[in-house]
Amino acid sequence: MKDFRYLDGVATLILNKEACIGCGMCATVCPHRILEVRDKKAKIMDFDACMECGACAQNCPTDAISVTPGVGCASYIMAVWLSDLTGKKVKSTCC
Amino acid sequence: MFTKLSARDIAETITIRIGYGRYDYKVIPGLYCVGNPTPDSPVIVTCNYKLTFDMVRKELDGKDAWLLITDTRGINVWCAAGKSLFSTEEIILSAKTSRLNEIVSHREFILPQLGATGVAAHKVRKGCGFKVIYGPVWAKDLPAFIEAGNHATEEMRTVTFTLRQRAELIPVELFILGKPLCIIIMAAFLLSGIGPDIFSLSAAWTRGLAAVCATIFGIIAGNMVVPLLLPKLPWKQFSPKGALTGVIAGLINVMIFSSTLGMGESLALMLWTTVVGSYLAMNYTGSTPFTSPTGVEAEMRRVIPILGGAALLAMIIWVAAPFMG
Repeated sequence: MKDFRYLDGVATLILNKEACIGCGMCATVCPHRILEVRDKKAKIMDFDACMECGACAQNCPTDAISVTPGVGCASYIMAVWLSDLTGKKVKSTCC
Repeated sequence: MFTKLSARDIAETITIRIGYGRYDYKVIPGLYCVGNPTPDSPVIVTCNYKLTFDMVRKELDGKDAWLLITDTRGINVWCAAGKSLFSTEEIILSAKTSRLNEIVSHREFILPQLGATGVAAHKVRKGCGFKVIYGPVWAKDLPAFIEAGNHATEEMRTVTFTLRQRAELIPVELFILGKPLCIIIMAAFLLSGIGPDIFSLSAAWTRGLAAVCATIFGIIAGNMVVPLLLPKLPWKQFSPKGALTGVIAGLINVMIFSSTLGMGESLALMLWTTVVGSYLAMNYTGSTPFTSPTGVEAEMRRVIPILGGAALLAMIIWVAAPFMG
């Protein structure tokens, strides 16, 4: 996946080192392998490779990781923008 | 359960890959036997999208295992996990309704790693007593994973986006475009007929054809060329990648129609092909496994006003051209 990089500095991934117990679940589930356990604490090794899938946050037993997950396609985001304008509910038809 | 795919399974896979019937291609949820499983056999959990079901059972050929199919309404694991269908609650419910604890002697099951987006392993254990073991990303690695004592290599845990995977997505991307494309084709013929004689059928046809082809070239640029050349194209954002392939495709189109198009018309069509290519490339972010939603929204905030303005400009030049000549 090294050939594929998207925008830098935008991901919503936050790791709270104090709450981390070093169980390594986040490192296991990350599909881009950006987390590692170093000195009994999780560490974000490659922040900009985060695609915000949310697997790490979901599987953290102490809620030490947070990320805002979502659908990353333009037509869905446009539908959300439109619904914000019109007040209608989003009809999601993607994937 | 059969672990060999029938001719019908394979034929259906092809139609689903094209996009036809993909929202209603599912199997009945529940516990299935693979081979002759015993209470000690491993339990593998997946979704009820039949394309996934087929891939998993095919890989389990020759093995004895339990296959627990959860109800994700026919949606694949990763998307279902993102939509709370392949979820903690659903896994617990599936384990309980299939009475898994009475069937197997151990207390663990293998979930696809991409399901982790919707499943909290520690909550599943609390809810039904089963320990979640995250298996490999792809079903093809399941046999090796089980043989290694439920151990995944780094490679098995990493998503990929190979040329083949990107090519497999093209037919369905094109299929989804069917409906908006029909509307654009009609609009193109209508707009192309407007002229000094109010409406000219012959102009609607000749100019309309060029406009429709400009749209199709834009689709080829954004939905086919960008996915195939993705890592080779410059820039991180997707819209400039699509604009680059779009402007080249637009140039080819106006060269094909050069005998019938004026200067302004050529410019309008090139602009239009570029806009179509750029927008579709940006929309393609939704099909890739590496673009973050925050990033996509940031790109769209910058680019959508430009694309909207360019599309409007192209339309104005196109409609105004017959009045100028």
